[in-house]
Amino acid sequence: MVEENLKLAYGENSDLIKEKRIAGVQALSGTGACRLFADFQKRFSPDSQIYIPVPTWVNHHNIWRDAHVPQNTFHYYHPESRGLDFASMMEDIKNAPNGSFFLLHACAHNPTGVDPTEEQWREISQQFKVKGHFAFFDMAYQGFASGDPERDAKSIRIFLEDGHLIGCAQSYAKNMGVYGQRVGCLRTVCDDKKQAVAVKSQLQQLTIPMYSNPPIHGALIVSIILGDPELKKLWLKEVKGMADRIIGMRSALRENLEKLGSSLPWEHITKQIGMFCYSGMTPEQVDRMTKEFHIYMTRNGRISMAGVNTGNIGYLANAIHEVTKSA
Amino acid sequence: MSVSGDHSNSVFANVIQAPEDPILGVTVAYNKDPSPDKLNLGVGAYRTEEGKPLVLNVVRKSEQLLVNDPSRVKEYLPITGLADFNKLSAKLIFGADSVAIQENRVATVQCLSGTGSLRVGGEFLARHYHERTIYIPQPTWGNHPKVFTLAGLSVKTYRYYNPNTRGLDFEGLLEDLGNAPIGAIVLLHACAHNPTGVDPTSDQWEHIRLLMRSKGLLPFFDSAYQGFASGSLDADALSVRMFVADGGECLTAQSYAKNMGLYGERVGALSIVCKTAEVATRVESQLKLVIRPMYSNPPIHGASIVATVLKDRDMYDEWTVELKAMADRIISMRKQLFDALQARGTPGDWSHILKQIGMFTFTGLNADQVAYMRKEYHIYMTSDGRISMAGLSSRTVPHLADAIHAAISNVA
Repeated sequence: MVEENLKLAYGENSDLIKEKRIAGVQALSGTGACRLFADFQKRFSPDSQIYIPVPTWVNHHNIWRDAHVPQNTFHYYHPESRGLDFASMMEDIKNAPNGSFFLLHACAHNPTGVDPTEEQWREISQQFKVKGHFAFFDMAYQGFASGDPERDAKSIRIFLEDGHLIGCAQSYAKNMGVYGQRVGCLRTVCDDKKQAVAVKSQLQQLTIPMYSNPPIHGALIVSIILGDPELKKLWLKEVKGMADRIIGMRSALRENLEKLGSSLPWEHITKQIGMFCYSGMTPEQVDRMTKEFHIYMTRNGRISMAGVNTGNIGYLANAIHEVTKSA
Repeated sequence: MSVSGDHSNSVFANVIQAPEDPILGVTVAYNKDPSPDKLNLGVGAYRTEEGKPLVLNVVRKSEQLLVNDPSRVKEYLPITGLADFNKLSAKLIFGADSVAIQENRVATVQCLSGTGSLRVGGEFLARHYHERTIYIPQPTWGNHPKVFTLAGLSVKTYRYYNPNTRGLDFEGLLEDLGNAPIGAIVLLHACAHNPTGVDPTSDQWEHIRLLMRSKGLLPFFDSAYQGFASGSLDADALSVRMFVADGGECLTAQSYAKNMGLYGERVGALSIVCKTAEVATRVESQLKLVIRPMYSNPPIHGASIVATVLKDRDMYDEWTVELKAMADRIISMRKQLFDALQARGTPGDWSHILKQIGMFTFTGLNADQVAYMRKEYHIYMTSDGRISMAGLSSRTVPHLADAIHAAISNVA
């Protein structure tokens, strides 16, 4: 993998890169990276389980299930505040057996858009140290969440500073818009270069009987962009542009709802981050959105903010207000 | 930013280095060799007379069309892949007039080349089929047993290659398949068997078909060389079409790596021919559940190239011409090598070089002879004596013939 790619996730001056302690293989976007890790986990830590946040991207459950790794859950989303249930999350981390494997969303949690603060990440990292837990980060939105890739990788930086040997699934689907090209990466941080070589060779033993080698086209696109300073600069501008548009839509949606006189709290729309907003609407309210207003969203109340634009935001706000005002 | 000193023991400290892939290992050794006479006959990728990889003209044209079309986006494909690609791929292997296609009995999903198609098919069978054993020919492509084992099937072998004749062990094959449990899955190379290049004749295929259908054995075809073997897309699909024509069910894994030279783009398709359209629909829905937790949806680029070529009459025709040229060059290499060995009076019967088909020749050379050829003549091949004909050119045939002659003469 091109060094620029490593620097993006692990930092410009990472010693880990210099010391070649990162075992990495190209994967089929985020899904492929998670599945590869799950298969690797099953093979080399056969007695382990995976702790998955509630809620999470639905396919996470399918991935670890098909890899035959037993699943547990940990508290994450707090419905009442539409924010993070930090206390319960820390309880679950403390109560899990030492050395448990945890799936963490590096930024822009899917589906809630709720992320721990930097301070909270530090506490989580410390607790992981105490318990010897393994942190596996799914990073599907680096740069796409705040507009700043460095900032979006903060959780990972914190864990690395604290000495954790993390795993990380990276996707370029959203932040480079190469969705259908299936470009991603799986990496694990190892004790030393020798182990990194060994781990990489074993990861390949899992990919070879799945698809032999990964598709070149999308990976070349990403490599060229990251390897060329001018193109990389342009990309950083474009990804910030995408993030800013979404952040703008969040503000506008909240404003619209408040202007319509909704008595319900809507700060979560702007506090949440990334592509998705966990609106708090019930399945029944979502059904009304679809039947009465022809607005399509998942029944857990998740809205893709990327689908919102200045042309439809008024209509959307009105619909949300209509179905929720009697709540 | 430096990492704080605590290099706590990794949870993967017990992971040992995996052995290197034997085929790729050949290329690694070849690359290290400084000799100007070195020859790489290991990897099964097509090379031109000049020893270079080939991107087909029709592929370049197709890529230009795709890149220059401003309406194209990079959105996710459906889980099952590009619909056009799937339909065209099914037509390509089963025939444009295929009754199974007309009756909507074929479920086709885009997968990552042949490997991906085999794996998805294997996983599907492990979940939904009542027999969990797959019979693979002895020998076969090195990755086959791994693919099916990881898919959740148990792997057994059936006799295939006869080293004495360097041809098909037809009696052994019939006996082994005859002894397989009712309903067992059987992997068949549609044409250009890898690594031996030995294919059943059409009479033998018919015999195999009757035996398999009488025992309810489920055929799983690996079609990696359609058009690339004989130069004719239809001729190379005869075995598959024979089975589909009898109304029975089968699986087929298709690859465009070699016949469209799309190797690294990972383009392929899995088709499952079912008894009824209704079954095919349900099968497709279950294939999606295998794919989604594996990689969600397949890559767009390669499949778009294939669809562009297959749906345009002129581009399709141009492709068949380029494809035939590749096949012809390989067939010509076979003839040249055979003639060169005859000219040197090399002991032994070398007619198998002409009889075998496809990219590979199973020379019959043993591991010691292979090692001798590497050391003395800088010729690289896998230790089973398999050579990739695609790696040869008119210029290098004499050197190879010399090496074979020397190995036969000097090494037992």
